[in-house]
Amino acid sequence: MSEHILTICYLFASVTFILGLKMLSHPLSARKGNLLAALGMTIAILATIFLYRDDETGQHLHNYGWIFGGLLIGAIIGTLAAKKVKMTAMPEMVSLFNGMGGACAALISLVEFNHLSAEITLTGITEGHAGKIVIIVLGLIIGSVSFAGSMIAWGKLNGKVKDMSFTGQNILNLAVLALAIGLGVWLVVHPDQHIIVYVILFLSLFYGVFFVMPIGGADMPVVISLLNSFTGVAAACGGFLYDNKVMLTGGILVGAAGTLLTILMCKAMNRSLLNVLIGSFGGNQAGAVSSTSSQGHYKEVSLSDAAMLMSFANKVMIVPGYGLAVAQAQHTCHELEKILSEKGVDVKYAIHPVAGRMPGHMNVLLAEADVNYEKLLEMEQANDEFKTCDVVLILGANDVVNPAAKKDPASPIYGMPILEVELAKNVIVNKRSMKPGYAGIENDLFFQPKTSMLFGDAKKVLQDLVTEIKSV
Amino acid sequence: MENILQWISANQQVIYIVILMIFVGIEVIGRVPSVLHTPLMSGANAIHGVVIIGAIIVMGKAEADNYLALALGFLAVILGTLNVVGGFVVTDRMLEMFKSKKKQ
Repeated sequence: MSEHILTICYLFASVTFILGLKMLSHPLSARKGNLLAALGMTIAILATIFLYRDDETGQHLHNYGWIFGGLLIGAIIGTLAAKKVKMTAMPEMVSLFNGMGGACAALISLVEFNHLSAEITLTGITEGHAGKIVIIVLGLIIGSVSFAGSMIAWGKLNGKVKDMSFTGQNILNLAVLALAIGLGVWLVVHPDQHIIVYVILFLSLFYGVFFVMPIGGADMPVVISLLNSFTGVAAACGGFLYDNKVMLTGGILVGAAGTLLTILMCKAMNRSLLNVLIGSFGGNQAGAVSSTSSQGHYKEVSLSDAAMLMSFANKVMIVPGYGLAVAQAQHTCHELEKILSEKGVDVKYAIHPVAGRMPGHMNVLLAEADVNYEKLLEMEQANDEFKTCDVVLILGANDVVNPAAKKDPASPIYGMPILEVELAKNVIVNKRSMKPGYAGIENDLFFQPKTSMLFGDAKKVLQDLVTEIKSV
Repeated sequence: MENILQWISANQQVIYIVILMIFVGIEVIGRVPSVLHTPLMSGANAIHGVVIIGAIIVMGKAEADNYLALALGFLAVILGTLNVVGGFVVTDRMLEMFKSKKKQ
């Protein structure tokens, strides 16, 4: 009886995962979708703990103390970390949690391999073992790559790990991966060689680190999304191993959806996935060439002039970028918008799909500050409206407004759709310094006659602007 | 060759699930607006936390004297729970903001 209930619980959980993911892709139902998937997950976990029986021995699970202990520790740390994290650090957090899932899958593979090899020493190699070893090794490799890669992506997003690449790195990476897979095949034939499994683990971790290392910080969202789908596949390997349908459906579902999401993100930047993974972004020859050719003079604007310019404009477009997120200036930005609106200025926001460190990053950030949804324009709409704007205020965005993406075929970001802010009458750029953006390339926009620079931390500058505008 | 064909017949149910799930996964998020890319990624991240079930099984089957399995299993349960709980909570926090703006 109990195993039928378990089956039904798993079936229910699988349906909630599919429905949850479906609802997550519509703004109105997204939150309910997330809660629905969480409900399904809870039911699947509880059902496993109390109803699962080992196929071979027919026994219930034991070690309840350890299981509940682990669940409790994980739940407390997970909740605290997720509640405490700042909105700007969300992408890092997703990467970190993804890494935990990958590590979990790798650990399962390790334990199951030890278990299996102990069985083999007792009974000798039988037919079913080869298939199991293949799945275990696959779960181990994918899980460890996902773990190591996610940790590096996490480090890169919070600035602890710098980009690093050397010639021949791609070849070395592929060689390491090929060696890990080769050893896996060898292990299928010689499953008594325990040490090999640890060598595979080490090689996979190595591959994960060096796979993400050379990829530029601006591309991290794509990498995280890709690693996310890797972890899904690793979870599905566990489903294969235990013939557990809920792990299988959940894992494959995320593997497929994650891969599609990764491709969609690449499309938003007009690049192919291969280009993201192999062509390490910025700091390369192409970037160096365009940076030397585009030096010129830029002009600065004083706070009071900027305030004056905006107060008497008919229409102001705000272009938020990572600088806004770093400075936590979203509330001040909203305040500026309200004050300008009171003066009869039409204020809108132009949102580039990959502004910030994650697609949708700016939407989340501005929503936190209660900015009206109607005021956020997507790229195409915004590009239609720039010509009617008197002032464009750029807050810490750089690569997404770089005209080189349209004009300079040598530029590493050539072909990426951008916000065409030059169409407006005036452009005010708030940055902390003249340093290039994440892609490491110079921006011609800053040297154009209609552009003026307003240096400083976004929050400080916005606060001062608000005070200035009030007194105009 | 014979082995592979046999394996396919023996596991056909699982293979069907895998293939159908790939299509479902692609269909389900096919028309997601870019605004929701981040929450969707985060939500998917929480769902692959289903790997926790494997960790629970490993933990629950470990013999009381197999310290390696106990230690690794315990660690796996903690990490898996972090993935599940952290993933869902972070996603909810992101989406909470979308909700407040919808009221206006």
